[in-house]
Amino acid sequence: MLQFLAQHSKLFDQIGINALLALSLSISLRAGSLALAQAAFMGLAAYVGSIGAVNYGWNLIECIVAGALAAAAAAALLALPIGRLRGVFLAIATIGFGEIARIAEINAPITGGAEGFSNIPNDAGTPAIYAALAATGIALAIFGRSKAALTIAATREDESAARGVGIDTGAVRLRTLVAGAVIAGVAGVLYAHANFFITPGDFGFPRMEQILVACVVGGVTSSLGAVLGAAVMTVLPEAVRFLNDYREVSTGAILLGFILFAPGGIAGLWQRRAS
Amino acid sequence: MLLQQCANGIFLGAVYALFAIGYTLVFGVLDILNLAHAAIFMAAAFVALWLVGLGAPIVFAIALAIVFAGLLGILLDRVAFAPLRKRNAGTLVPLISSIGAAIVIEGVFRGIFGPDERRFPEGSFVSTQFHFGALTVGALDLIILATALGLMLVLSYVLRATPLGRDIRAVADDRIAAALLGINLERTIALTFFIASALGGAAGILIGLQYNSVSTDMGGRIELKGLAIIILGGMGSVTGAVVGAFVLGLVETLAVAWIGSSYRDAVAFGVMFVLLVLRPQGLLGKRALRAA
Amino acid sequence: MSRSTGADLSIERLAVRYGGVAALEDVSLRVPAGTVVGLIGPNGAGKTSLINAVTGVVRASAGSITLGAERLERLPQYAVARRGVARTYQNIRLFAALSVADNVRAGAVRLRGALDDAAVRALLERAGASEADLGARAGSLPYGMQRRLEIARALAGKPAVVLLDEPAAGMNPHETGELRAVIRNVAASGAGVLLVEHDMGLVSAVCDRLVVLNFGRTLAEGTPAEVARDPAVIEAYLGTPA
Repeated sequence: MLQFLAQHSKLFDQIGINALLALSLSISLRAGSLALAQAAFMGLAAYVGSIGAVNYGWNLIECIVAGALAAAAAAALLALPIGRLRGVFLAIATIGFGEIARIAEINAPITGGAEGFSNIPNDAGTPAIYAALAATGIALAIFGRSKAALTIAATREDESAARGVGIDTGAVRLRTLVAGAVIAGVAGVLYAHANFFITPGDFGFPRMEQILVACVVGGVTSSLGAVLGAAVMTVLPEAVRFLNDYREVSTGAILLGFILFAPGGIAGLWQRRAS
Repeated sequence: MLLQQCANGIFLGAVYALFAIGYTLVFGVLDILNLAHAAIFMAAAFVALWLVGLGAPIVFAIALAIVFAGLLGILLDRVAFAPLRKRNAGTLVPLISSIGAAIVIEGVFRGIFGPDERRFPEGSFVSTQFHFGALTVGALDLIILATALGLMLVLSYVLRATPLGRDIRAVADDRIAAALLGINLERTIALTFFIASALGGAAGILIGLQYNSVSTDMGGRIELKGLAIIILGGMGSVTGAVVGAFVLGLVETLAVAWIGSSYRDAVAFGVMFVLLVLRPQGLLGKRALRAA
Repeated sequence: MSRSTGADLSIERLAVRYGGVAALEDVSLRVPAGTVVGLIGPNGAGKTSLINAVTGVVRASAGSITLGAERLERLPQYAVARRGVARTYQNIRLFAALSVADNVRAGAVRLRGALDDAAVRALLERAGASEADLGARAGSLPYGMQRRLEIARALAGKPAVVLLDEPAAGMNPHETGELRAVIRNVAASGAGVLLVEHDMGLVSAVCDRLVVLNFGRTLAEGTPAEVARDPAVIEAYLGTPA
């Protein structure tokens, strides 16, 4: 019985972390950029937060702050060269950045290499994870009604017309990338501190795909949608364990189903029913 | 030693080229990035392995698996891309739906064949080695190189000198104008997917033979490298993809020799990143498909 | 009603060249605050290039663009808009998936604070779009209503000068008649208006002055009556010397 509960609290934690990651990607998607660097930001912060805790004895809060700052700095640096890229090219460049980050993590002298970095204090429990998620959700809800949210939506809808009303769309893209990186960074540190052990492979392209799937299934421009999408896509593989090696098919099929038949995701279905 | 590295780089580059041609062809014609290409690459290798296991002659197994890959490509287009084309969903949504399709294909093959690495049965292909001075070349490598180059020549002929090639180039150039000229768009797109996926599948089979290893995650390793190659060559450029593939094959093998294997993959992505930022149209640029 | 703080827009010897091709060469014109200046000419004469150069969409190859005391020609597009240059587009460019109200609010991002619903309604009314539903998706509005919403968005930022790129295109005569009042009203509030338009009835009715472009150069300028009598204009439009 205790083991059963423990297993489920692990799943609950995973949902929270994946929800944070989906929210972090949704911020860039709201500005219309398919910037796929979230897994890299998450990984960078996870390593900063793990090395800080193990080698320097930082507490969880210090690790989160340092990890988020490192992710934000990486996003700001990344924004400079990719500022002119759009659409598919932006997606590819950010995927490339993610691979470079992963390879750097494998080869850097202090990360433990491909074997992973272990002995991370297990101090990020369910309360810490859901406190972070709640804080992010509240911040995004307040922010959603602000003028900044309007400038982001306008940038997504028509970048040139947005500049035409005085919106510095380059700055909007930079800020959304950095804001998304901060949230991904928090999620990364929590992930590390909930798992005892991390490897560079945890933060590769498959992770990025997983985040994207959660966002699309939830509905790309809705915070609640992103959280629901993350919850569904985290629980689903557990729910279909009986499919054994076939169980990934359900993930892909659900993603395809939403894209083809309900492009607004779960949030879109909800809005459609409401209106 | 250098000669040996170069030879290895060329063998690697030939297979990369086959893979990247399919990637870039679909981008050139439809402006979409098909991230399920690597799943078809993997699927074809498994089908070839399965046919050989059933006792089919290797050449027959390879040919059938290539056709299978082509047909899977058509199915992929019908399921994951055609509905989005009708909806004018842009270029990013198909990218995401191709990820969904890739997860489904990989899931199905993992379900059928299991998650473990598989090998071709012993004696399925020649293992003769030739020695030219310091250079050692396997007969299998030569067959792979010849197959890859042969398929590229066939593709080049099809694109340049056949009505289908003319249609593909016209659709790549301007889809609406091509439709006005009476070109059957959906048929041309389906055949483009057949060709692209057949080539991708051929690459998967040849890589499977070269390393004598087939696994459901083999696509992931080449998928992102394929991106680097088509960026290097210019998105949509077939010639560029071939050049980019050989450049990457050589650079990677030389990088292993000179700076060690740990940063080998970083070379590909580093070059890709720098090129995207400085010259997103690639070394040859997208127009190359249209002019081919 | 919110009054704009008008400022004179002054273009001196402007040139815009794409590669080796000159879209505009040596064009000068002034749009004094509170006046409507019409910019006319055949297709390809350089009218939209001029609007794009003023708004910073394309870079001027030579010449100067001044609003009040401020030089604009080196500023990026968003910075030009922030200084009070608003525009509409030949092919409507609304934020299609956003609501009518959010489109108008987006026009006001250069100002402090955000517009409340009453302010949004007042702007829609000024643009002749008072019947538009604030919550409706902008892209779902009928064509003529989208044109007027675009004008409301342009006015929302209390611009010093408004550049209207063929606002009457696709409008019926009744709607064009209303547009005439809208444009005069904008000028009366103190803003300058530069109007690019093919509908000569509208142009002669609302413009204080006209500038005629042909092949990227100024062919004539003056009051609508003067321009209508100009032999060079008649030749360019009718193809034969008068």
